[in-house]
Amino acid sequence: MSESAETPALPKVRIATTSLAGCFGCHMSFLDIDERILDLMKIAEFDRSPITDIKHCSPCDIALIEGGVCNAENAHVLREMRANAKILVAIGACAINGGLPAMRNRLDVGDILNEVYRDLDGVQSHVPNDPELPLLFDKVYPVNEVVRVDYFIPGCPPSADAIWKYLNDLILGRMPRLDHSLLHYD
Amino acid sequence: MLNLETAQSPQKLRRVAIEPVSRVEGHGKVTILLDAENRIHQVRLHIVEFRGFEVFIQGRPYWEVPIAVQRLCGICPVSHLIAATKAMDVIAGFGPLTPTAEKLRRLLHYGQIVQSHALHFFHLSSPDLLFGFESEVAKRNIIGVAAAFPDLAKQGVLTRKFGQEIIAHIAGKRIHGTGVIPGGVNKPLSVADRDSMRAGIDQIVDWSKAAVGLVIQLHETNPDFYRTFGESRANMMGLVDRRGALDFYHGGLRARDADGGPIFDQIDYATYRNVLQEDVKNWSYMKFPHIKTLGADKGWYRVGPLARVQVCDVMPTPLAEAERRTFLNAGGGKPLHGALMYHWARMIEMLHSAELARELLDDPDIVGTDLMADKGPRREEGVGVIEAPRGTLFHHYRADDNDLVSYCNLIVSTTNNNQAMNESIRAVASRYLSGRELTEGLLNHIEVAIRAYDPCLSCATHALGQMPLEVDLIDADGTLVSRARKG
Ligand code: SF4
Repeated sequence: MSESAETPALPKVRIATTSLAGCFGCHMSFLDIDERILDLMKIAEFDRSPITDIKHCSPCDIALIEGGVCNAENAHVLREMRANAKILVAIGACAINGGLPAMRNRLDVGDILNEVYRDLDGVQSHVPNDPELPLLFDKVYPVNEVVRVDYFIPGCPPSADAIWKYLNDLILGRMPRLDHSLLHYD
Repeated sequence: MLNLETAQSPQKLRRVAIEPVSRVEGHGKVTILLDAENRIHQVRLHIVEFRGFEVFIQGRPYWEVPIAVQRLCGICPVSHLIAATKAMDVIAGFGPLTPTAEKLRRLLHYGQIVQSHALHFFHLSSPDLLFGFESEVAKRNIIGVAAAFPDLAKQGVLTRKFGQEIIAHIAGKRIHGTGVIPGGVNKPLSVADRDSMRAGIDQIVDWSKAAVGLVIQLHETNPDFYRTFGESRANMMGLVDRRGALDFYHGGLRARDADGGPIFDQIDYATYRNVLQEDVKNWSYMKFPHIKTLGADKGWYRVGPLARVQVCDVMPTPLAEAERRTFLNAGGGKPLHGALMYHWARMIEMLHSAELARELLDDPDIVGTDLMADKGPRREEGVGVIEAPRGTLFHHYRADDNDLVSYCNLIVSTTNNNQAMNESIRAVASRYLSGRELTEGLLNHIEVAIRAYDPCLSCATHALGQMPLEVDLIDADGTLVSRARKG
């Protein structure tokens, strides 16, 4: 069939992404590959991700994790991603070491809640406690303290070029390698 | 009308959850309680993240805050950077900004609005509008749009890219840059960078105008539906300049009621506490602000594009103002409150921002080199407010004698819309879902209404959804009536 000359018979690489206790900046940096996303989609497809309506991760090739782990839901989502993904990549400072949200780690989480839930005149109101709200952890944890991580991409966020290079290496089966110029925090 | 916020006897009802709400920035979840006849008794949008930024930032030096605070949100980091720096301009004791500094900040902000509005419309919301709310899940995303409407998807991607590049030229990089510092900006814009932006901006103005046209075209396919879907009659608030024109960067607070009548005007935003009050509900980490004089029940309001285009007297660029007039005509002289009208208003704002950016790129001041204001004595307290892409954003700080932050209060744009979003999804639930067999597509109606507000739930950072969403409707006898699955 002539079709196979155009499109390789290989199944598409399936990529899942999630944002845990992150700011979405790493996802935005991924989208900053701009029009290259149209090329990417010729060889890859998305599983669960904030940009699709797939709410539940299924078996996939690559999982990109943004953000650290700050509550029970984060841990649950992360474990589900790990169970389904062949390769799990912690992307950005928050996933790697907790990042800015981990600035709360030196404080008692109960004290923080009490302080935030005051009205504009400083009068204490109740702290939200409905069962629909997930259990907050005492600290924000790096992703690798909860599951095994295969690769880390540093940066806050890593640049679009860094993410692009990494994904290409992974998809083509090369050892992912970032030049020094692509490896920096800020 | 039935108040769907809290059911009378929840223990007898069946719970349905949409978690996580997808194609929004950040994380939220919706819970619905139904009775044996599938009638809906309670609908809530929960924000389940909690970060405590206001507390852990205390003890840090004030000049560090604008950089740190961007990490509240990777989609609109520039908004937090600018709002926090405006507060720190005051605390550091600076006088009025130099013309070049203010114009560079404005250009940065307009670039941010272009990229954020383009991202929201094309990448996140357009699949619902182009394919239908109940279309196939696998296709209902930007990749599906790229396959079906390649030119449109490309325009969306490139419009966002242009906004991001404006940001990179001024702030050093696209996400979490610097550039804006207390007292001004830290680097001039080079003539070469200005010229490269100037060369591209006409195209962005044209594409933005076409995007407004697209929304109008969609609207015309079913005007009644577009006008009334997820309608919640809310008060409206936004910043306007002294003449009453919309100003994204600076101005006084103006609020109008649901019929367009005045509530307050030209309020100095540093005194926001005199006019606003915040409530806490135990089922959401996001607070519920309202206009103090009207009380919690009547005082809730909306912010963002739909409020802004109707609160101001004029948008001071010609193409956007003409589109705004067309928009107002669609309401026949009455304010519009349908959730989907946000998209129309948002694209008018994208056009306005592109026009404003073009004006600044033609202004010789933009490549000036006088970047820092004169400095006076340190002040104890500062408030910075802007119109962020999603609405009015408040940053309020105090710094002690050692320059360390001792108080911080933030009202992020999406928080202002908390009650209005909840009312919109209740309207959708009672109009389209109640008494019916729930399907994935029907549940998506709720998400369409939430998406319309472009909520930035990542302005606090948690994820929630871990379960496959499987909804069982079970009648009072325990028999399975229907089963719906999402994801
Ligand atoms: S690493 Fe930086 S950009 Fe990424 S989620 Fe964390 S704060 Fe945001």
